[in-house]
Amino acid sequence: MAGPRGYDGIVLAVPVTVPSVKNAPKSTQWWIGRALAGLAQGSGLSHKVFDGLSVASFSLAPDTTIGLTQHFGLSPRYIDFQPLGGMSGIAALRRAARAVQAGDAEIVACIGADANGPQSFRRSLENFSRSAQDAVYPYGAGGPNVNFSLIAQAFMAETGLTRADFGRIAVAQRGNGQLNPLALIKGALTLDAYLDARPIAPPIHLFDCVMPCAGAEAFLVLREETARAQGLPFVRLTASIERHNAFPADTVMLRGGWARDVDSLWAQAGVEPGAVDLVQTYDDYPFVSAMQFADLGFCDRKDLAEFIHGHDFGVAGSLPHNTSGGQLSCGQAGCAGGYLGLVESIRQLTGQAGARQVARARRALVSGFGMIVFDRGLGSGAAILEAA
Amino acid sequence: MTDPSHTSPTRARANPLRRTRRPLLPPDARSRAAHLLTAAAARGRFDLPCCRGCGRFVWPIPEACPDCLSEIATAPAPRGARVISITTAEMPADTYFRERAPWRVGLVTLDCGPQAIVHMHPDAVPGQDVRLTLMLDRAGQAVLHAAPKGAAMQADPQYREMTADPAARRVLITDARHLAALPLARALIQAGAHSVHLGVPEAWKPLPTRAAFEAIAGVRLVDLDITSDRSVTDLAADLAGKVEILVNTADLPRPGGLLGPAAQVQAREMSEVIAQGLMRLARAFGPAMAGRGADGPHGAAAWVNLLSVFGRATPPGWAGYGAAHAAALSLSQVLRAELGAGGVRLVTVLTGPTDDDWFQTLGAPRVTGPALANAILKALREGLEEVAVGDVALDLIARLEENPKAVERDLARGSLS
Repeated sequence: MAGPRGYDGIVLAVPVTVPSVKNAPKSTQWWIGRALAGLAQGSGLSHKVFDGLSVASFSLAPDTTIGLTQHFGLSPRYIDFQPLGGMSGIAALRRAARAVQAGDAEIVACIGADANGPQSFRRSLENFSRSAQDAVYPYGAGGPNVNFSLIAQAFMAETGLTRADFGRIAVAQRGNGQLNPLALIKGALTLDAYLDARPIAPPIHLFDCVMPCAGAEAFLVLREETARAQGLPFVRLTASIERHNAFPADTVMLRGGWARDVDSLWAQAGVEPGAVDLVQTYDDYPFVSAMQFADLGFCDRKDLAEFIHGHDFGVAGSLPHNTSGGQLSCGQAGCAGGYLGLVESIRQLTGQAGARQVARARRALVSGFGMIVFDRGLGSGAAILEAA
Repeated sequence: MTDPSHTSPTRARANPLRRTRRPLLPPDARSRAAHLLTAAAARGRFDLPCCRGCGRFVWPIPEACPDCLSEIATAPAPRGARVISITTAEMPADTYFRERAPWRVGLVTLDCGPQAIVHMHPDAVPGQDVRLTLMLDRAGQAVLHAAPKGAAMQADPQYREMTADPAARRVLITDARHLAALPLARALIQAGAHSVHLGVPEAWKPLPTRAAFEAIAGVRLVDLDITSDRSVTDLAADLAGKVEILVNTADLPRPGGLLGPAAQVQAREMSEVIAQGLMRLARAFGPAMAGRGADGPHGAAAWVNLLSVFGRATPPGWAGYGAAHAAALSLSQVLRAELGAGGVRLVTVLTGPTDDDWFQTLGAPRVTGPALANAILKALREGLEEVAVGDVALDLIARLEENPKAVERDLARGSLS
């Protein structure tokens, strides 16, 4: 089977983060408005010039993207709505890239945003999915912690990995987060603190979990010549994959959908995993990051412990990983969490990452992972970005 | 003699200074299709979603088979499963589970194919074979519970939470004259009930079983005439806040068609006991019980209405009796909703003709007192909601589900079966 067509001439620019807060009395529309304003300011263009609008959110009801066009005075010829959680960034990018490539839009504003209040996380769990409503939430397993602990236990039994192995990932990530002025959780994290943390649903403990928060992340997808004409720093999209419900016959999630498409990803990018300068995995739970290292081709699943201990995941380390601190430091602003790795990679590859800048960062791998509606995360995706 | 000092060692006295915990319910939203499982769980059946086309079992219930897209029904399923992993939710997001944490949850592979998240017995471990039960949770919705084969079910606080085990609970049986009352009182005390009160209507009449009742430690006879507002209210003043299981056995079987001269008078008398009596009990005992649904490990748990299957299908010779029980069945639906708000289960036990004088003209098989007592005890201990007792009741209900018109014609011709 022929691989997918390339993304020649398609670039990402203008990384925008509307600083997250734990709880805010602001609607999702407000967060999207701030993100649009950030994109306009960062690009020097009126937001009315954006002829594509892609929005990912869980808390936008009763609106979808179409209502936002009038709300914010846009007249786009391409709109998309992708409440896909951790997959929303990769999915938005893939669709927008093809739309721009085909000429259906010139500049697509991609925005992930969610509001959060003291009780909104619980309320969103109650209505997350039909399967969760029928077969998860009634078991005290509201929210992903219980589901993921059941998966983590099977994954640890299969791989022999321990909490201490995952702790190494979490600790390095917090170190990166301490260099990020927009991170919400900046306290130092030691391996002992990680191991001694309060149990949430063993083997998941407090520092495995992301904190729900409100926030927005955004970027533009456009042609390279458009970006150049506007004088915008940009990064190229060279490869991407996406898969949903990849392994329905697996009894428990010991691998994600990346494992099914990983060869296509690296073939399209034309490089080997060793050729990336930084990796942004979707990190709700460090063990899921570990799973991705194997599924995305960095090592064999049975060699994961060796891989984790053979690398320094700090921004100055041998394999900088989740350089913004990831969701474990920045919080999980709903679907904006699925944008975090892309926005951070644009910053890194355009030299805008400040104190956490990875030296000579030329190529980044960003993954997405989303939507555990029953017993496994359904969506998986990844993209390879390259500096101009 | 009743032993007034009888107390169960397993029941600690409530601290009167502490606020009674308000009943919360587990999440009760379900898809419409998922209520196929509610119907099975209410009767203690283990039916799971199954494809009508290829016969594959599926979970959670979809609207079409993921293999062949045929429609989904439920079918009896094997009850075995193997545990993949187990965790305890220490900090559940949902308020009901949060105040009962840690809550044990597992992921299993069912012998019939799919995976499921289940309530997990404390003795189960990963890799083990377990036996599943489809049961109603405190919100009255169907859930799966897993336990090792032969495990002591009531030793699991999560299983106890979903059932109405009489152990350490205080029970009121409303009519000591019913033929099930004595065997039921014995069975309840044997099952560890803290106490059993029995209402005696028209106490001036001889009660042939009085000595037998008084010989059971923990049993007490009290005046109760459920045709009297005053009598019901008086007893409720003493007991409503203490009763955790109420079994309404009040009945007044009087045969007769609709066209007989005394039909209306008799129908009114039966209604006073069977339907109006239930309303009096509901008004006097219902609010207190619904308010104590989460009052500690032995809080209010169940209300059992012992009703005649003639309320579902009425033979011509039982006009007023059938009508009264039909009314009580109808009231039971409402009582189920109102008690359910407090997490208290309304159990309907439908019996065929019982083995006493008033059903003398009906031939065998007739239902005995011990059979009813066993059925009620089983319903309480397994958390059932709909139970039929005796071959006549079972047969009539099965036939009603198959073809109600045929049942009507059979009854008109004087045939019960």
